[in-house]
Amino acid sequence: MSDMTHSSTTTVRAERSATASKTYAAFLILGLVLLIVAPAFFYPIFLMKLLCFALFACAFNLLLGYTGLLSFGHATFFGGAAYFSAHVVKEWGFPPELGVLTGVAGAAVLGLIMGFFAIRRQGIYFAMITLALSQMFFFFCLQAEFTKGEDGIQSVPRGHLFGFIDLNSSTNMYYFVLAVFVIGLVIIWRFINSPFGMILRSIRENEQRAISLGYSVARYKLGAFVMSAALAGLAGGTKALVFQFATLTDVAWQMSGEVILMTLLGGIGTLIGPIFGAGLVVTLQNYLATSQFPVTIITGIVFMVCVLVFRRGIIGEFYASRLGRKLGFEHRR
Amino acid sequence: MAVAATHNNAEPRVVLSARGLTKQFGAFAAVKNVDLDVHHARVHALIGPNGAGKTTVFNLLTKFLQPTAGTITLMGTDITKTPPDKVARMGLVRSFQISAVFPHLSVLDNVRVALQRPNGLSTQFWLPTSALNRLTARADELIEAVGLKRERNSLAADLSYGRKRVLEIATTLALDPQVLLLDEPMAGMGQEDIGTVSSIIREVAKTRAVLMVEHNLSVVADICHHVTVLQRGEILAEGDYATVSQDERVRLAYMGAEEA
Repeated sequence: MSDMTHSSTTTVRAERSATASKTYAAFLILGLVLLIVAPAFFYPIFLMKLLCFALFACAFNLLLGYTGLLSFGHATFFGGAAYFSAHVVKEWGFPPELGVLTGVAGAAVLGLIMGFFAIRRQGIYFAMITLALSQMFFFFCLQAEFTKGEDGIQSVPRGHLFGFIDLNSSTNMYYFVLAVFVIGLVIIWRFINSPFGMILRSIRENEQRAISLGYSVARYKLGAFVMSAALAGLAGGTKALVFQFATLTDVAWQMSGEVILMTLLGGIGTLIGPIFGAGLVVTLQNYLATSQFPVTIITGIVFMVCVLVFRRGIIGEFYASRLGRKLGFEHRR
Repeated sequence: MAVAATHNNAEPRVVLSARGLTKQFGAFAAVKNVDLDVHHARVHALIGPNGAGKTTVFNLLTKFLQPTAGTITLMGTDITKTPPDKVARMGLVRSFQISAVFPHLSVLDNVRVALQRPNGLSTQFWLPTSALNRLTARADELIEAVGLKRERNSLAADLSYGRKRVLEIATTLALDPQVLLLDEPMAGMGQEDIGTVSSIIREVAKTRAVLMVEHNLSVVADICHHVTVLQRGEILAEGDYATVSQDERVRLAYMGAEEA
């Protein structure tokens, strides 16, 4: 009897994951097609902003959703990379692709430093250390020479990608950003579904047991922290080229809060949840910016409703719903 | 008891030893001046009433807690100041009182996670998960050895309590440790699982040292060669089960009630 129950749950699970990968593939292709044709219907700058924030939120989710670490200092990597990219492109004449990579490298170094101090503590202490260090970085950016203080680095040239694709055309720029976004997601997907990702999962599931199996938990957490920081830097560096400036807004603590909001809204620990969360927040900000309503009150209300009604986030709830389960998804937290 | 009696060939070598092991929590001494020798190819039981400090001794030996005083030696190396993950890599692996599995991983993946590190497949973030497939054969051997074949693809969370403990032993064995520390491996198990786990431990102990905390005295009598009795953080008595169970103080403190 128990034999039968076991084998049947196993086959159900196997069938489910097969359906899930089919639906995933279908949604993926659909999403990609939509993103490719999107500039025909929407303002490209808006779309590029959305993609940058979506990538930022996905990078953040790599840490919160897949490692279980709540960082309150991710603005440092996003905004820091924006400054680095803007500086090397404007002052040193770097081509755009190298400019973005400089931002990524800078963010990774900042991530290594912040992670080194923060991963020794857990929960609220971890969050507070990241917040404290990112505040220090904020004041560094306020005082430092190269960031131009309150003005920020303005009129950053977009330049020519690989020397021949003119990024001043917003169509070209859009597809460049889309490519960066897709590459970022592929890296995250691979990272999660790798031998390293498996260890991260086991640490999140049972840290004590992972230690007793001989894993230096701190090193794996630090690895995830640096990867998350580098990808946040990829988003930040790209954003600097899109808007052609880097300012204090991107390193301020509010930005760290915003990315937490996006991730929670979309669904922690789901690959595509943060994309939807970022889409929702950026769209709200965009449409409400011209209206009389104060944006923060609206996003605050949306956030409260989501936390009360969809505790798993929009995509998380969808996965757990009857339709989601029929499509073969499984929400694991 | 039969096992204990037949096991009197030359004294096997000591693989894990503690001298003057002490742990203070503020003014309270949870463990006081404990000397312990764990021998290769022996099953050593640590028994005692609740609160005697058995689990604290485990946490000290595996370095999950830092002793206040005393030294710990593992196969000739002083590990008194070594971090717990390093101790595990040196061949001293423990289980926990509360079952320690990765609940949302399958039985197979639970065992494979343990196999990843010794096989150098734990830091590669650029490889697909399918790179772990070369560990499947070894994982299946271990799963079969502990009798979990039927549940191979179930989530660990869906297993019964006893089966979770069995899975934990399989993941521990995956590391091929020289010394196994099992914290109440039979607690909450049905009679059938107790039999399985007893024979697994007996088999494992042919080539390794086992130190276990156990409340089930018939299991202790059945499979343990050596017994240490703790009371209020101190060693009350030591010896084989027959000797210890005859000890007047032990009977008073602990066993008298159990055997009545």
